[in-house]
Amino acid sequence: MLNLTLKVWRQKTSQDTGSMETYDAKNIPEEASFLEMLDIVNTRIIMSGGEPIHFDHDCREGICGSCSLTINGVPHSKEKGITTCQIHMRKFKEGDTIWIEPFRARAFPVVRDLIVDRSAMDRIIAAGGYIDVRTGSAVDANSIPISKMDADSAFDAAACIGCGACIAACKNSSAMLFTAAKVSHLGHLPQGQPERDKRVLSMVRQMDAEGFGNCTNQYECEAACPKEISVDHIARMNRDFTSALIKEQLIS
Amino acid sequence: MNALLCPITAVWNSSIGKKLLVALTGLALVLFLAGHLIGNLLIYLGAEAFDEYAKALHEALRGGGVWIARIGLLVCLVIHVAATISLTRANRAASPKYQHEAVIQATKSSRIMIWSGLTILAFVIFHLLHFTVRVDSELAEIAKASPHKMVIVGFSNGLVVLFYLIAMTLLCSHLSHGVASMFQTLGFRSRKAAPLIAFLSKGYTLVIWLGFCSIPIAIYFFHFGC
Ligand code: HEM
Ligand code: SF4
Ligand code: FES
Repeated sequence: MLNLTLKVWRQKTSQDTGSMETYDAKNIPEEASFLEMLDIVNTRIIMSGGEPIHFDHDCREGICGSCSLTINGVPHSKEKGITTCQIHMRKFKEGDTIWIEPFRARAFPVVRDLIVDRSAMDRIIAAGGYIDVRTGSAVDANSIPISKMDADSAFDAAACIGCGACIAACKNSSAMLFTAAKVSHLGHLPQGQPERDKRVLSMVRQMDAEGFGNCTNQYECEAACPKEISVDHIARMNRDFTSALIKEQLIS
Repeated sequence: MNALLCPITAVWNSSIGKKLLVALTGLALVLFLAGHLIGNLLIYLGAEAFDEYAKALHEALRGGGVWIARIGLLVCLVIHVAATISLTRANRAASPKYQHEAVIQATKSSRIMIWSGLTILAFVIFHLLHFTVRVDSELAEIAKASPHKMVIVGFSNGLVVLFYLIAMTLLCSHLSHGVASMFQTLGFRSRKAAPLIAFLSKGYTLVIWLGFCSIPIAIYFFHFGC
């Protein structure tokens, strides 16, 4: 059993200024997950008549991208390649103080406590992260040859669960890794080619319009990403955007 | 809008476009620094070689060459500074602070780019007034006779040497992140190429630091050429 101190961001509404509150988290089993630890603390808060700590979660197995939380300054905690819901309390030591804050970015307004509105990311997808025409159901394997390298890279990019940790970890709240993963995923595949230029231009423009910051190539995003999406996709998006911009402005 | 303004605003108004301007102007400045260093190192070959090099620079294209280079560099510097200040301001506005800040792996150099950059800017202004415009009339007289002598006299002032060394150190901090970063912005970095890029970036930075710092140190501390 662990006895911990939690410093938790509490904020009643998006207009509220919010502040860090301190909670004792006593007798937490080491085999509990991080979110179960919060459930235990919340049950105690409810029993004593308080308002529970609000946080986002859904699958609790690292695939949906709902859970967030910046733990001791690092989105999804300092454990590599996992989401908040996959952390176990055995990673913490008796007596630890844990700082729990929302995923912060100007483009992610706080809804309540640790819940932020990440719909700016949906609008980036809506700006071009799709293929316009219906391509039918999955084609027979090997009927469209795709090189192994492209298939692997597209698959790696497609692993992005849209959690927003890259943005929360970035010193500039830049959404480049998320956007690059989406651009790269479709841009590697034959079905994505006809709209490749249009897609990168509109997605990057939407990203800028949402008020995300600019990339300074510090790669905090890659280090925080639970799916370990590579910043190689950002380099590729830089190339794609440049060539699409030149074509748009000077050729057609 | 007309055919010229439209592409310019399209580049300036996009995050990736503005960063491209930073990387391309950064590249021009990085290449210039290498050339400038090679020229400066001629000082070790003696007064004659150095003065001849200075003369050749000023006589290239009947005196026009040096002006083409100056204007080109000034334009690059202005674009670089304007774009980076604008990007830095936007970045600050976009990112609220955490109560508990943490850095996963970003380097110190990468986090002080604007401050190392502004120090370089202050240094460049001082350096031009000192050795190019020559506001000091005594130094201007000396320079007319021999640029080599001007450098020796210029670096016999301890404060000048100190400022120079601090500025070079911050310049190299700027370059240690900037050179590698440039490859990513221009889209040439990959996981495979990253070690080579890191090596190039660190190697270049070290050569620049050692080369530029060696001259004032040799003159001030070891009385080279006095
Ligand atoms: C000889 C002078 C200079 C050289 C060689 C130089 C070089 C570079 C290079 C190569 C980059 C990386 C570009 C990229 O990330 O793609 C860079 C970035 C930067 N430079 Fe400079 N620079 C110089 C002067 C300045 C000055 C005077 C400022 C003053 C404001 C400045 C501010 C910045 C900033 C803030 C960045 C970071 C931009 C970003 O990462 O988004 N630099 N510089
Ligand atoms: S790139 Fe990684 S950190 Fe960013 S949204 Fe996708 S899965 Fe999350
Ligand atoms: S709750 Fe689904 S990824 Fe964490």
